Amino acid sequence: MRIADLNVGDTLPERSHTPGNVSLFLYNAAVWNAHRIHYDERYTREVEKHPGIVIDGPLQGDWLAQCVTNWLGDSGTLLRFQYSNRRATYLGETLASGGRVTAVDADRNEVQVELWVKNAAGEITSPGTATVRLHAASPRADAD
Amino acid sequence: MSSLLTDEHKAWIGRESPPVTVEVSRRDIVRYAIATEQVQQRFLDGDEAPPMFIFNLFGIPRPIAELRADGLPRGSGAGPRLPLARVMAGGTELILHRPIRPGDVLTGTTRIVDMYEKQGGQGPLIFTVRELRVTDAEGAAVLEELQTSIAR
Repeated sequence: MRIADLNVGDTLPERSHTPGNVSLFLYNAAVWNAHRIHYDERYTREVEKHPGIVIDGPLQGDWLAQCVTNWLGDSGTLLRFQYSNRRATYLGETLASGGRVTAVDADRNEVQVELWVKNAAGEITSPGTATVRLHAASPRADAD
Repeated sequence: MSSLLTDEHKAWIGRESPPVTVEVSRRDIVRYAIATEQVQQRFLDGDEAPPMFIFNLFGIPRPIAELRADGLPRGSGAGPRLPLARVMAGGTELILHRPIRPGDVLTGTTRIVDMYEKQGGQGPLIFTVRELRVTDAEGAAVLEELQTSIAR
């Protein structure tokens, strides 16, 4: 990927995510999180009053980071990344991560993207943004 | 609006927790990479940690007897006891200086930088914003994070 080939409005590849009990278990084990809303359905409904097992917010943050790192591959590095969890999502939902280029700074070799996780209704559950720097092309990207 | 946050709560703003040092293992990165269904080989091989690997990396594991009924540690994430008990992750803002790799010995220092209230659709919410600064064994900056947790 070269900065000269990127334009505002370019889209990042979309990816579909349907976490299951096993993947949520493994994620919460990996981040050492024992909050029962991620594995104890009866507790989650009766005590915390959610309609179902809750998909971790930071897991959706990870999908947004992956949306960038998978698009970028070995072409550059992630400098800044932010996201927020705006809407709860539940086991059984299929969510989609995606993004779009919002700024291209050829002088700094930096690109800004906006990111989102959407639910099946098209509502954004977790918006985010990222800044990446592409590795310098050699010797001049526009000379070849 | 009447405030759930007292002066006692707000006195926590600016307080720093004792630094926590962790050694990053390849195995931990591989486990995280599998659990999050990474596709980049450098993450799956554990050569480099995905950016969000840092979530809860500096949380101190507590004995089971010290967990609350909801499974979270008592007084989770150094801070005052809040009048709202249900805690959710709210989001994060990361500045990355270099990737985390296996064998890194990282020190994280956390400080509460803001606490504020908002009225949510289903009642009041308390936002706590923590700043995390991570350095490596040489003292070089690895990342900075602003993490928000929401109590409802």
